[in-house]
Parts: sequence; C-alpha cells; structure tokens
Amino acid sequence: MTTIADPINVSGDNVAQALDEAREKLNSAEGEVLLDLSAVRRIDPNGLRALEGFAGAADAKSVKVALLGVNVDVYKVLKLARLTTRFSIVN
Amino acid sequence: MSDKTVTLPEERIAYLEGLVRQARTAAAVFTQLNQEDVDRIVKPMVLAGLKQAQYLARLAVEETKIGVMEDKALKNMVATEFVYNYVKDKRTVGVIREYPERRLVEVAEPIGVILSLTPITNPTSTVLFKCIMAIKTRNAVIFSPHPNAWRCCFEAVKIMYETAVKHGAPEGVFTCLESHDLEDNKYLMHHKDIGLIDATGGPGAVKAAYSSGKPALGVGPGNTPVYLEKSADLDMAVVDIITSKTFDNGTICASEQTVVIDDEIYDRVLKKFAELGSHICNEKETEILARTVIDPNTGYMQPMAVGQKATNIARFVGISVKPKTKLLITPIQGVGPGHPLSYEKLFPVLSVYRAKSVDEALKVCVDVNHAGGLGHTAVVFSTNEEVIRKFSDVINAGRIIVNSPGSIGALGGVYNDMVPTFSFGCGTGGGNSTTDNVNIYHYLNIKRVARRTPAHMWFRVPNQIYFNVNATENLRNFPSRSTLIITNAALEQIGHVDIVKRCIPTETQVRVTIIPDAEPDIKIVKQGVEALNFYKADQIIALGGGSVIDAAKIMKLQYEFPDADLEELAAPFLDIRKRVVQYPTEKTNRARLIAISTTSGTGSEVTPFAVMTDKERGFKVTLADYSLTPDVAIVDPQFVMSMPKGLTVDTGVDCLTHALEAAVSIYASPYTDSNAMQAVRMVFKYLPIAYQNPHDEEARSMMHNAACIAAIAFSNASVGVNHALAHAFGARFGVPHGRANALMLPHVLAYNASVPTKFMPSPNTRAYVAHKKYAMMADLLGLGGHTVEEKVQNLVTATEQLLDQLGVPKSIAELGISKEEFENAMPDLAKIAFDDPSWRSNPRMPLVSEIIELFWSAYNGRGTSAAKTEAKAKPAREMVAL
Repeated sequence: MTTIADPINVSGDNVAQALDEAREKLNSAEGEVLLDLSAVRRIDPNGLRALEGFAGAADAKSVKVALLGVNVDVYKVLKLARLTTRFSIVN
Repeated sequence: MSDKTVTLPEERIAYLEGLVRQARTAAAVFTQLNQEDVDRIVKPMVLAGLKQAQYLARLAVEETKIGVMEDKALKNMVATEFVYNYVKDKRTVGVIREYPERRLVEVAEPIGVILSLTPITNPTSTVLFKCIMAIKTRNAVIFSPHPNAWRCCFEAVKIMYETAVKHGAPEGVFTCLESHDLEDNKYLMHHKDIGLIDATGGPGAVKAAYSSGKPALGVGPGNTPVYLEKSADLDMAVVDIITSKTFDNGTICASEQTVVIDDEIYDRVLKKFAELGSHICNEKETEILARTVIDPNTGYMQPMAVGQKATNIARFVGISVKPKTKLLITPIQGVGPGHPLSYEKLFPVLSVYRAKSVDEALKVCVDVNHAGGLGHTAVVFSTNEEVIRKFSDVINAGRIIVNSPGSIGALGGVYNDMVPTFSFGCGTGGGNSTTDNVNIYHYLNIKRVARRTPAHMWFRVPNQIYFNVNATENLRNFPSRSTLIITNAALEQIGHVDIVKRCIPTETQVRVTIIPDAEPDIKIVKQGVEALNFYKADQIIALGGGSVIDAAKIMKLQYEFPDADLEELAAPFLDIRKRVVQYPTEKTNRARLIAISTTSGTGSEVTPFAVMTDKERGFKVTLADYSLTPDVAIVDPQFVMSMPKGLTVDTGVDCLTHALEAAVSIYASPYTDSNAMQAVRMVFKYLPIAYQNPHDEEARSMMHNAACIAAIAFSNASVGVNHALAHAFGARFGVPHGRANALMLPHVLAYNASVPTKFMPSPNTRAYVAHKKYAMMADLLGLGGHTVEEKVQNLVTATEQLLDQLGVPKSIAELGISKEEFENAMPDLAKIAFDDPSWRSNPRMPLVSEIIELFWSAYNGRGTSAAKTEAKAKPAREMVAL
C-alpha cells in the first residue's frame, strides 16, 4: 500500500474549492490520502458537502481519507453531521 | 432510518431524508457560531418580519379564510418586535448564566434539528416566532405547517430563511415541507435526527408529537374561564373581554370562552356588552348555536365557525343580528356534557353564566377549566385580592391573567411582563411538559458546569476554658443570682461539691441536685428542669464526668426551650449544615452552663454532644448541636487526682481514640489537627505516668488537659469507625466505652492506613492522607521509620505497647466472651455499627464485611490480627499528596 507522503493542505477560506482541487490528486493516489485541515477554523455546509463528496470519490478508488489538524469545533460539526465515520482522524 | 410503520413511497422518503440531512448539516455547522454571530442574524430577521407583517397577514387570511387581517398583522408584529425585545439581550450561546456564589455556570447547547408543527389559526406569526427562537438558539427547523395554511407559512419561512442566510446563518437552517399529509409528519417525528418536536396546534398534532417518543413541546387547545367578580372595574372588563374575544375573530386559544358573572352585576354587564356591539342571544338563539357551532358528538368546534366574524356565524345559523355585531353572547346554565357552548370556541361566541355567589362562580370556573382547559389560561377581573388569590389557587392554568384580556394577555409582553410567545405550555393538565410560555430556553439544552465547592468549615469551642490546678477559683468571676449544681453522690461525698461551692460568690443562692452516675435518663432530666424552674436558676454548674455534664446540657436545653422535642432533635443527619431538624433559638429562660470535668476522657465539658436514654419508652437519643456546648469549661486537675486506675485507663484511651480519629477525619482541618496531634503526644507521654503514679500532679494535669484538647478536636472534626465499633460492642457486652475503644484501636489504625475499598465522599478531601497523618504522628512521637509505611507500623506498634502497658486486655476473647457468643452477636453488631453515625466522618468508608472483619480482628487480639497485614497494604503513592 502506498500513501501520499505529503498531506494535502485544505485552505481555511474555501474548503469546498480546496477539496475540488484535491480531487485531482486523488486520481493518482493509492492507499491513503491525508487532508490537513489545520487552517480550517470553521466549516460551512458547502465545505461539509465537499468533504462528504471527497470521501465518496475516495471510496470509489478504494483510497482511505485521513484528516489531520481538525480543531475540536470542526470535529464536533463532523460528529453532529455524522461524518466522522467516513474518515480516520489523525490527532 | 425512521418509523417502520410508516408506508411512504421511496421517492417521498428520499425527499424527507434530504430535508433532514440538510437540516442536520445546518445544525452541525451552526454550532460554530458565537453569540455575536447569532445576534447579527436575528435583528435583520426581526426587521424583515416586521416589514412583511401586513403582507403575511393578508396571505394568511386569504389562504385560511380565518381571522382578521389587521389582527394577524398585529400578531406578526408581536411575534417579531415583542419577541425580539425579550430575546435581544439574552445569552443563548456559550455561558448563558453564572452563579458565582454557587460556583455554577450554565452553558447552552443547541438541540439540533427541530420539527415544528404550526397551526392554521396563527400560521405566520407562529412561524416568525419560531424562526427567531431557532436562530437565537442555533437550531435548524423543519416546518410542517397545517395543510390549509401551507402557502402563507412557506412564504413566512422563506422570508426568514433568506434574511437569516444572508446575514450568516448556515444554508438549510429552515426548510418547509411541501404539501404533505400525516404520514410525512409521522415519518419525521420518528426520525433519529429530529431532536425535538415543537407542536403548536390541535389535539391530534400534539398527541402525535408526544406519542412519538421524542422530546416534545406540545401546546394544544384551551378553554378559558373568566370570573367577572362584582368588585371589578366593569367598563374595563367588558372592553377587555370584547377586545380579546374578537381579536383575530377569537382564534387565539387563550381567548375567553365562558364568563362567569356575579349575580349582582350580571344584568349591568350584559347591558354594557350590548351597548358595545355584542348580541345577547335569547334562549332559542343559544340553543341554535349550541347545536350548530359545536359538534354534538365530539364537543369540538365545527371548522366552519373557526375564526369567522360574529355576523357571518349568525348568518350561517340563521340568527338575525345588527350589521356590526362583534360578539354573540350565549347565556348558559351549566358546564360540560349537555352544555356544548361551555367548551372551546375559537370564534366570537362567548358564553356567560350567572353565579349566585363567589363560591358558585369559582366552582363553575373550575368546571370550565376541567372541560378542556386544564393547564392553559384563565382570567379574573376583580379588585378583591382574596378573590384573585382563591381563583389562582383553584384554577389549574399556566397563565392566570388578572384584569386584562385573555388572548393578548397570555401572549405576554403587551399587558403584562410574561415572556412573549405563540406557544402556550399547558402543563400536565393539558398533557404538556411545561406550563411556561414557550421561549428560547425551551429550544436549548442547558448544561450545568458545577465546580467543586468545599464545605464551609468551622472551629467552635466554649467561650472560656480555664485549666490547671485550682482553675475552679475562676467561678468567682461569674455573677449569679441562683445557681444549681448538678453532680453525683460520690463527688459530693468526697468533698468536690464543697470545693466548688467555696468558689461561688457569696451572694449567689446555691442549690445542689444529685443525679445517678450513669447515662442520664429522661426522668432525671425532667427532675433537673423542674429544679431549674423552681429556683429560677440563671447558672448551672455541672460537676462530674461525661454523664453528669451530658445531663446538665439537656436540662439546660429543656429549661431554655421547654417546647423542644428531644426525640425530634435527635433525628439523624448526614451534614450538620443541612440537617432537617433545627434546634430552637428563642429562649424562654436563660442560664449559663459551666462544666467542670472530673474525669480525663470524654471531654464533654467542651463538646456539643449529649446522650440520654428513656428507659420507660426504651430509646436512646444522641443530641448534637453547638448550642449544647457549655458556655464555660473548667479543667481543674484537682478533681481527677483520686481517679481509680481502671477509670484512668478507660478515659485516657478514650481521649487517645478521640485524637487519633479526629486527626484522620474527613472534617479534619489544620485547626483540629493541631489539637489532635498535641493530644496524641500528651497521652503517649503522660498516660503511662498517670497510670503508674496516680498522684503525679503533672501527669494528671496533662492528661486532664489532653482530654479537653482532644475533645476540642473531635467536636469540630468528629470521630470515626473506631467509635462506631466501640458503641455497638460496648452496648452489647456491657464493656466500658474507653475499653471498647481500646480493643478496636490498633486494628482501626491499620485499616485506615491502607488503601480503602471505598473512599468516603467528601468535597474537602483532596487526597487520601490518613496514613500520612499517622506517619506525622509517628514522627511527632519520635517513633522512627523511614517510609510512611514504616512510620504507620511504628504507630500501630506503639499504640499496642501503650495498651499493653496500661493492662488493657489484648483481645475481646480475653474478656471471657466465647467465640460462639461473639459469632451469634455478629449480625447485630455489624448492623448497629453500620447504623452508627460516627463512621460517617471516617476517611475510609467501611463496608459491612469490613466492619465484621474489624470485629473479628479485635476478637482475636493485638499482634495476631489482620492489623499488621492491613498496615502492609501500601497506599498508592500517587494519591498521597498531603
């Protein structure tokens, strides 16, 4: 199993757009993708949908998605939106 | 995903699931907003609602064909402006309330997704109100409007939603079901992602909400009784009732339904109603209305009448009225079945009842209240406060409106200072979970952050303590007109009473009461109180050991508070600050209590405790209150110089036990520690000397002081499990208290020094330190040892050696109690010891099985018991920070 060595940094300003761009990297990924959400202080519904979409696309390629640097407020949002099971969360 | 009994097409389920997912996402995102974010959204929503108040009112009337546009516009304004006025400064995010004195903070947690059912009668105002509440509390709402009010509600939701999202609310925060049926509601009500159902509407919707098993706010129908009492301002009352009952054609469920009018004013009131545009129905017209506007089978309103004008209703049913008639007044003779017009009528038909008396009027109001209006709203017009109070007592309504219109009054914020609402909680009477005007706090989970609050501590001692040889001389400083000396015969015989008498000022009348040298009985106490009353004593001198001083304390209590019920005052308590039974404070008589101890053990001269028995009734009471503490204590060793050896040992070991237990009590403090440790040091040094050389003045004096000092410690820190064991064992086998304590002591030391099976809950205890305290005492005694474990063991050994030196039997077996006898007694011993309050301040909470083990250890004796084994059970180091 190979892993993308460098995490993909997700911009805090526009999570949805950043994840759209990250999808391209998914095409070449195998094994696991690491998304670095350290810069994301708040997430909006579009961002959540994009994350969910990213997880779906990764599933289709049998690639696992790990989230890095998720702050506790955003973590709670993922929990309430029932999305934490779609990702592995790296503390 | 949701209710499995629901049969909906797949595409419909997908639609509903989509709505829920959208709301769930919005609710999740919403949790990130702070108070300022939220408040920035609420204000423009309120302004948008105000701006569209008339537009939405017009839509509602056009669609529902119910109510009055002008009134609905007013309702929309109340639902925005008045609600905003209430919520604008309220905190609903993060810390919402703080109670520093209770070290308590309340923190808001949103509910998540709320399913909101809205009614046909107040459609847009209810939507506006709920949207503002939801945003203020960071919740998402799925609206399910009444099917016949869908379009206007949808428009109201749209206005609110667009404004909210524009100002920062998450997308999807409000959604509104498209045309729907009950199956949709049923599906959503059972959906796991719906956190709360807020059902404002008819009984069906409310019942469905509560039946779903979800948390629900269900607010349903009412039946508002009005009592128009003869002292009322009749002009105001009639105008208020008309204003209220005709408001939006009577669609607010808090509006007046039956007005019960005192006989004396009945005709005048009806005349005023008529003058102001009401039509007073005759018997025949009333009968026509009764069978047409109310369904005779169900007792519910006919939908065709709801929210219609009085003139329209009259026309429908064939009653001739003047063109501008506002209200149809129907006199009724009873309430309930057979009297259809006594039920809820959300249209301008108002029943009136002529009452012959206040009593009859109140009963009829109760009847109306119970005819479908329980928990909702009631109105009283009166200037008689007693009438208003009685009405409030007998009527079960969440809102009792006084001298104001029912419907607008109940909304809150207009005629009174109630919380503005469009959902009236009806309490359990109405099958609801609240009687409140539903408000923002019902849309929040409120978390209580409770910080550890150490219990208040104290250190109380008698006002004055005199000690050392001839301390009794200080009696000269206490002026008294009439003094009663309480003592026993032996002390009188050996001349102790004379010594005391000589120290009392000559102008004082002195009498002596001799009591038996045994635990005081109620009869003795009563005799003493009689003597105190007879001599009108202003001073009591208790000269003796613990029994005499205890008797004097109780005599004083009964003398000063003749009505005090000793049995009640002896009620058990866990925390003296929260005890159920309080000691009296208003004194009938006053007397100073001076306690002169003649033994060196109990320390009763400074303690707040007293024990008494009632032999006739077969009970024993232990009284504990600081008011029992003697005013003055005299610790004069001249009275203990002749104490026999046995008494010297028993009282001396009792004193040691007091000190050792107080030192490790959960109520121990630096104040009590200093006394406890000093007492331990003095006992180890002077008790053997006093035992060996009874006439050694210094040893006697020091032991007398030690007993008092130890008592000061345990008066404030209490004792422990040793005393619980000793009380049970001593009482069962007739063993003196001090000796019973001695037999248990080494075993209890080892027990408390080891890791507890159960810790004693105590807010003041920051770590388990009993073994460290023992180690400190070992250091104080110079017993040596390098580790805590060694020091504890040295203390146990030193205690055992002291007891050996004093000739204390090594075991219970040595007392001649057979193993069989002890075994037979064990169930009772364990039960009584566990019931004893003494152990409740022990650092280690004793299990009954541990109490039994301790008893058996004491039976087997020192050095052979589990004591040493227990002491070797090393406490975990991480929990021993002192």
